[in-house]
Amino acid sequence: MSELQNTEALKLTCLYEEHLALQAKMSPFAGFMMPIQYSSITQEHNAVRHKAGMFDVSHMGEIFVEGPEAEAFVNHIFTNEIRGFGPGKVLYGMMCYPDGGTVDDLLVYREFEADHFLLVVNAANIDKDFAWIEEHAKGFNCKVVNASADWGQIAVQGPEAEKAVIEVLGFKEAAALGFYTFCDVTYNGKRLILSRTGYTGEDGFELYTTTDNTVEIWKRLLAAGVEPCGLGCRDTLRFEAGLPLYGDELSPEISPVMAGLGMFCKYDKDFIGKEALLDQKAGNIARKLVGIEIEDKAIPRAGYPVELEDGREVGIVTTGYHSISLDKSVCFALVDKEFAALDTLLSIRIRKKTFPGKVVKKRFYQTNYKK
Amino acid sequence: MSKILEGLKYSESHEWVKAEGNVAYIGVTDFAQKEMGDITYVDMPEEGDDVLAGEEFGALESVKASSELISPVSGVVLAANTELEDAPEKVNEDAFGSWIIKVEMSNAAELDALMDAAGYKAHIGE
Repeated sequence: MSELQNTEALKLTCLYEEHLALQAKMSPFAGFMMPIQYSSITQEHNAVRHKAGMFDVSHMGEIFVEGPEAEAFVNHIFTNEIRGFGPGKVLYGMMCYPDGGTVDDLLVYREFEADHFLLVVNAANIDKDFAWIEEHAKGFNCKVVNASADWGQIAVQGPEAEKAVIEVLGFKEAAALGFYTFCDVTYNGKRLILSRTGYTGEDGFELYTTTDNTVEIWKRLLAAGVEPCGLGCRDTLRFEAGLPLYGDELSPEISPVMAGLGMFCKYDKDFIGKEALLDQKAGNIARKLVGIEIEDKAIPRAGYPVELEDGREVGIVTTGYHSISLDKSVCFALVDKEFAALDTLLSIRIRKKTFPGKVVKKRFYQTNYKK
Repeated sequence: MSKILEGLKYSESHEWVKAEGNVAYIGVTDFAQKEMGDITYVDMPEEGDDVLAGEEFGALESVKASSELISPVSGVVLAANTELEDAPEKVNEDAFGSWIIKVEMSNAAELDALMDAAGYKAHIGE
């Protein structure tokens, strides 16, 4: 609690009292007071890999865009291609600055009502994103609404997530949903978006609904034995699955192309940042994000230097753990592009010692998404 | 409530020292292991390395964070507890039973600057 003076400005999610009741270890994250862990990161991580866990992700931002030119507008600020993707589908991509740097990574939902889109953005970026979106929407006939404060969100993740959503909550619709699709259901007379998405590498759902509904659903899942999981294991899970975290693997300085997320950028349309990203794709890029595995249990942490055998520094670690599911020390690192090829020998300096390792694929864990 | 043992010396950075003549066993306190959570790795010096009072001699790693180990006394490392290499969780299970390094002290008077059990209890506010 080193930032006591900021505590008063911290926002609370609708589930804050539930976290306190569970005696969660709480910490500030992205302007919110959030649960880091309830039992232990390892236990919660394993619950998601082998059974089912639930996360309070009510801090995420919900921005609605609607109007006759909503599609054209979203396609103008979003790297992925939303034309031709129908209602009930979810698409991952980024918003970029003209220089290719990343404003945020986000999910775009095409709603069932024509010309309606939901953009789900990172908590730390809600204000910045909303300002960016509003500013660029000026030339388009569409309305932009930041509804983040009105929505709660719970992620239910793991091989038993579908069972929990159907049997505990009664959402039979879940069975028919494919990965990255959603449907609208009603709960206590209020809208609930049931989305087969997540950030763990496992099958699972994200449930967006009113704050009252969110608290009730949390309690029901908890009573049914779904493991409450904090942001600690959310990070270890997403990391093993090769998923980036804005602020670590994406930022105004780290473009989607540098982060190896070029498949989410579509160039047969115009969007902000396209020219810069095309230029980077053609090779005009200094560093690339890679995975590195080291032959030791020591843990490469964010900020540690990546070196060649002769001690020359060629990169920096962005996220690293001793992977819980793989029992290996692995990390993401931004390295000079000439050292980014698979199997390149690179070392990590950890405190006073240097640990040899090599470049490996960023997806350390074999994901188990619903087909 | 964290466990605190009588008869040991304690540092502000949550290491304990058990002195037997000129030899000191050094570990971390129960309070420290609770704060760390699941410990996954213990970075230790090797036999023959020098340690200095107030300076880093290694680190504990949990899933989420690493925490430096600060030596409460000066001297030469007689042994590191290699059992912790394969079983770092022993620090969580029994912090006072899991010494990390064994040091031949060069200045046993440094022990006088450390806290006793009552002082350490007050230090952690329990």
